[in-house]
Amino acid sequence: MQLTVWTYEGPPHVGAMRVATGMRDLHYVLHAPQGDTYADLLFTMIERRDHRPPVTYTTFQARDLGKDTAELFKTAARDAYDRFQPQAMIVGSSCTAELIQDDPHGLSLTMGLPCPVIPLELPSYSRKENWGASETFYQIVRTLADKERKPLPAVGENGPRRPRANLLGPTALGFRHRDDVAEITRLLGDLGIDVNLVAPMGSSPADIAGIGEADFNICLYPEIAAQACSWLERTFRQKTVKTVPIGLLATREFVSEVCAVAGLPVPTDLDQGRMGWWSRSIDSTYLTGKRVFIFGDGTHAVAAARVASEELGFKVVGLGCYNREFAREVRAAAEKYGVEPLISDDYLAVEEAIEAAAPELVLGTQMERHIAKRLRLPCAVISAPVHVQDFPARHSPQMGFEGANVLFDTWVHPLVMGLEEHLLTMFREDFEFSDAAGPSHLGHASAPAAHAAPAAEQAEGEVATMTAPAPAPAEEGGWTPEALAELGKIPFFVRGKARRNTERYAAEHGVTTITRETLYEAKSHYAR
Amino acid sequence: MSSAGPASGCDAPPVGVDGILRERGQREVFCGLTGIIWLHRKIQDAFFLVVGSRTCAHLLQSAAGVMVFAEPRFGTAIIEEKDLAGLADANEELDRVVNRLLARRPDIKLLFLVGSCPSEVIKLDLSRAAQRLNGRFSPNVRVLNYSGSGIETTFTQGEDACLSALVPDLAFSDEKQLMIVGSLPDIVEDQLTRLLGDLGISKVVSLPARKAGQMPGVGPNTKYLLAQPFLAETGTALDKRGAEHLLALFPFGAEGTTAWLHAAAQAFGVPEARFEQVIAGPRERARKGLALYREKLAGKRIFFMPDSQLEVPLARFLAGELGMELVEVGTPYLHKGHLIDELAALPPGTMISEGQDVDKQLDRVRAARPDLTVCGLGLANPLEKEGLSTKWAIELVFSPIHGYEQAGDLAELFSRPLHRRDLLRV
Repeated sequence: MQLTVWTYEGPPHVGAMRVATGMRDLHYVLHAPQGDTYADLLFTMIERRDHRPPVTYTTFQARDLGKDTAELFKTAARDAYDRFQPQAMIVGSSCTAELIQDDPHGLSLTMGLPCPVIPLELPSYSRKENWGASETFYQIVRTLADKERKPLPAVGENGPRRPRANLLGPTALGFRHRDDVAEITRLLGDLGIDVNLVAPMGSSPADIAGIGEADFNICLYPEIAAQACSWLERTFRQKTVKTVPIGLLATREFVSEVCAVAGLPVPTDLDQGRMGWWSRSIDSTYLTGKRVFIFGDGTHAVAAARVASEELGFKVVGLGCYNREFAREVRAAAEKYGVEPLISDDYLAVEEAIEAAAPELVLGTQMERHIAKRLRLPCAVISAPVHVQDFPARHSPQMGFEGANVLFDTWVHPLVMGLEEHLLTMFREDFEFSDAAGPSHLGHASAPAAHAAPAAEQAEGEVATMTAPAPAPAEEGGWTPEALAELGKIPFFVRGKARRNTERYAAEHGVTTITRETLYEAKSHYAR
Repeated sequence: MSSAGPASGCDAPPVGVDGILRERGQREVFCGLTGIIWLHRKIQDAFFLVVGSRTCAHLLQSAAGVMVFAEPRFGTAIIEEKDLAGLADANEELDRVVNRLLARRPDIKLLFLVGSCPSEVIKLDLSRAAQRLNGRFSPNVRVLNYSGSGIETTFTQGEDACLSALVPDLAFSDEKQLMIVGSLPDIVEDQLTRLLGDLGISKVVSLPARKAGQMPGVGPNTKYLLAQPFLAETGTALDKRGAEHLLALFPFGAEGTTAWLHAAAQAFGVPEARFEQVIAGPRERARKGLALYREKLAGKRIFFMPDSQLEVPLARFLAGELGMELVEVGTPYLHKGHLIDELAALPPGTMISEGQDVDKQLDRVRAARPDLTVCGLGLANPLEKEGLSTKWAIELVFSPIHGYEQAGDLAELFSRPLHRRDLLRV
């Protein structure tokens, strides 16, 4: 048993729902107890979908267990077919139905349903959401792909045709999948490549049948599409483009890889957006060496680490993922940045790691956003699990050149801006910049912490309040009151670093009482 | 997606001899685990440990929505493959998880082991586990158990199961007292307690109390009022302890609240004049608050999908005090005993349905095109897209809606979607 407070991934049948809900004319009959229908609200509320997910649940109850839950399944499947008339159905069990072993697959075979029925075996007690989505998509492709349908000849009656690609992996409830697909489709168009099929998102079972007509596949989300891509590679000899185009450099590499696979020249005049110049421009100097902690699904975390390090000049001080299936990729990346990889789906462990790494920026999921709020750190969201905020009304991709622009904006805006940082130093004695006011860019989260200033000090007037450090017992950590007061005069956004450096200096030099002198000795020591 | 696809037609639904339509099909409802979301906030030193699957954890998280606390007082011991292999090991695993949890959270005084669908199906005996753990942690921590599984409970029945697990544990008390049963927001509980005190009822207690150590006693001189209509088992458990149920309308709206308080006043021999004197002010305030919304809601047609068992009392309130027209009042479960007064107060011929076959019920919604449909979060946006205004049922469970001072707020919850529809030009 695993004690869980918050989870990064749902059960595998939720992954199957993400595939089914992304598709058209497919219906999922899920053998599940009453209550499992809660999953519908993920789609209708978080993603604001205006249709119910195409899922029929058997919603059995205790009184059914003694009788015939198998019959219940058959009725539900038959009614679902009659009502929705899908082109194909997927059938399976949620965690509880898995235990009662009714065999939805066998049952559906005996029913002679007039459409293909794809059985799903999703072990709920060992697997999770991403795995469920991947397995479901793979089974759908394997069952429905028509092996007779191959790409048209490269040169037809009207001369050579444009190469065709499948975009694989986007699902319902995916992190920015909607916008990534639009962005990559446009980029491919600019390269002279047509999209044969986007799947699962937006495709019907009939569309999937024609998956073999593409010249190659683009594996946009390896968590979901890698398994299907590798089967397609074996079955249709379609090559797979594996570079995930998140970030400016990765997008350039993606373009090169796509062009190589498609047999096209790499264009030299592509509009690569503003990200490169924005990062080189002088205002961005202050981004240099910003300590960033990165956590998300494996693919987004690894991509974010590269963007942070090579495209923004941040320092990666933590890197991890919650999906064990991608631990290898994350470990390799962590080694590159010289950090300990964190492979865990234990929210509390992630919180501890963030606290220990003392970053200046957190790039994570919605869960890390909450951690960052509590630690009063700026944060940007880079990965699922998703939240209603991750479905903005505007176009906001993560992928492609426009995606790189979006990354620049969304990661940099939570930080104090370059010129603003200088102004803060100049005017830090002004009341707006006092600790009690809190960093304005953190919004509500910046409301002065309860321990910000005791009433007595506040009573002494504004001056005391604005320069007062977070008060601590005089001997806390060996700091003298004078040293603490001096520390308090250091702008808040570098104060943590100053404190850490001083304490490390003191520890390394056997200094037990940290005075004002120690603070400045440490400063000069680390300045070398 | 074709969920709005060809309908199978509106067959005449099978209405029972009592005029109530009973349906069995897909039920689009929460399971009883969901109650943990408000129960853990009510009992401030209790922890709710669900023994279940990743689905249970995911449900709690999704139902809790944005309420991400640092370390909430609920969690899930997720059953893994190896726990399924042998129940002896599952018990050992559970003990290990509880040890770790309680070591980490010394502030916890009451631990609920909450059964789930998988724990019920594998027959993991949580009452024995609770006994075993009590042996170890008593008296610092009291360990109780109940089932919030979807196979046994629907949404608010989880609270019923939780409270009925508390009842046998309550101390014996011979004192003459009035007990308010059902978890209410603190502010509402305080208002009602104050009013009952003003009537001259010297001792008014609440179940659940806000702290584990402050749970009320119970005995033959306890009379209790149910604050919620979904507490069937809790009522039975209290009856067994000798307490006496005061049957009344539920305290929604000016009239419901008056009837509810009046039942207590009568049972405790409060003179009518005193009763009138105490309630006149707040009742007038409530009526004034409602008048504002009556204008907007009178004559509007409302359809309740089954959700929380609050449907019948709320329908009575909306029809009786605001003049709304009831198209269908769906409820997951109809406890006729506790609802005698409520059912009698509904307009004659009101269509009541118990249970659900969601697709067929949606067909009825589409056919009737009500002005407002009260439904779960999974159905609201799809219905809005079809041009049907909706009210999230879950808000009725999470918001303070009981008593005089909240009567206007309760009406506002129903009026807001209609107001918004009139307001928007997009």
